[in-house]
Amino acid sequence: MDGDEQQLAEAFDATVAAEGRIEPRDWMPEGYRRTLIRQIAQHAHSEIIGMQPEGNWILRAPSLRRKAILLAKVQDEAGHGLYLYSATETLGVDRTELTEKLIDSRQKYSSIFNYPTLTFADIGVIGWLVDGAAICNQVPLCRSSYGPYARAMVRICKEESFHQRQGFELLMTLMAGTDAQREMVQDAVNRWWWPSLMMFGPADGDSPNTQQSMAWRIKRHTNDELRQRYVDMSVPQAEKLGVTFPDPDLRWNPERGSYDFGEIDWDEFTAVVKGAGPCNAQRLAHRRAAHEGGQWVRDAASAYAAKQAEREQQAVAA
Amino acid sequence: MSMADDVTAHPEGEPEIRPGVTPDRTWPLYEVFVRGKRGLNHVHVGSLHAPDDHMALHNARNLYTRRNEGVSIWVVRADAITASSPDEKDPFFAPSGDKVYRHPTFYEIPEDVPHL
Repeated sequence: MDGDEQQLAEAFDATVAAEGRIEPRDWMPEGYRRTLIRQIAQHAHSEIIGMQPEGNWILRAPSLRRKAILLAKVQDEAGHGLYLYSATETLGVDRTELTEKLIDSRQKYSSIFNYPTLTFADIGVIGWLVDGAAICNQVPLCRSSYGPYARAMVRICKEESFHQRQGFELLMTLMAGTDAQREMVQDAVNRWWWPSLMMFGPADGDSPNTQQSMAWRIKRHTNDELRQRYVDMSVPQAEKLGVTFPDPDLRWNPERGSYDFGEIDWDEFTAVVKGAGPCNAQRLAHRRAAHEGGQWVRDAASAYAAKQAEREQQAVAA
Repeated sequence: MSMADDVTAHPEGEPEIRPGVTPDRTWPLYEVFVRGKRGLNHVHVGSLHAPDDHMALHNARNLYTRRNEGVSIWVVRADAITASSPDEKDPFFAPSGDKVYRHPTFYEIPEDVPHL
């Protein structure tokens, strides 16, 4: 590191330490830029892949009201993906390249979307538990040190609140229905609870990037802190709803003022991250087909733009 | 923060155009500004790619105003924006740094002078 760079690095550290924000054209350490690109792109990909499990139920939603809500929610997920790709581009990468990295499996997305949505109750549980976990993760990111990321997160968090509430309301409606409907909700909760806890990532001892990301204030809390916060928020909600979580070790610990909970199946976590989840292959194949199948739309838009430009030129010449 | 600070960077220059690339790789980048309601300035909200100005405006409507967030949208090609450089921040803004007399608090006025 030469003298100039030393000075730039000191200015960067001082800005971050003073809770200032780093903006696109500021000098930043190469590792900071790389970490942000990886994290924001992975987040963007998760929003885009996240449209699939829910999109699965749009045609089979039980009423026009539920269909309209689900359509709006899936459209929001697309929007969130685009806000985040936009933030990633401020770091000097191109979003087409990111899409190619996703469909070539060179970048990851959240493993939660590699589980299938078997019943309509899954739509409610995704809103309540999966979006709830996402909110827990994302609210602190509104104070992330990188300005464009923090601002995208503010927009996203506002919209996620609708997602979680519609899910909880959907489940309350089912719980007020028949025994079969209540069983359907409990079954969905049983299947999604542990994968939701896995959304916070590996335990702190196995999360090598956390320390550096916290020093850079890209991340504000450790994985285990956020996971605990999420469990503590979710248990009273489950009681209100009238469902239980599939964990015999889940109980209130008055000394800690928090809920104790059982050990996550880390083998399952690792297997799904590495591609062996129930839907990994299907999700990527679908994303690739959508990208390649959408080529004619992009071609048509380009052709239309070229034709309009030509007409304008002719009108000027005439 | 000035709006120009926020504009997307191209540290590696314009993307290289190669034969056989998908057209959207070459679609220009637009910065999007939304007026939240009458009486407010347009504020930068993000960016998007589009094949022309008109489609950029429609995409911006779909992406950034799904919940009545705006009554007016500007889209500007990112390459048409001229921005100050953060590297020259101090010298660039220095002319205003030593002119304290431009602020009302510079002037000492007795407290019993009314309406001043």
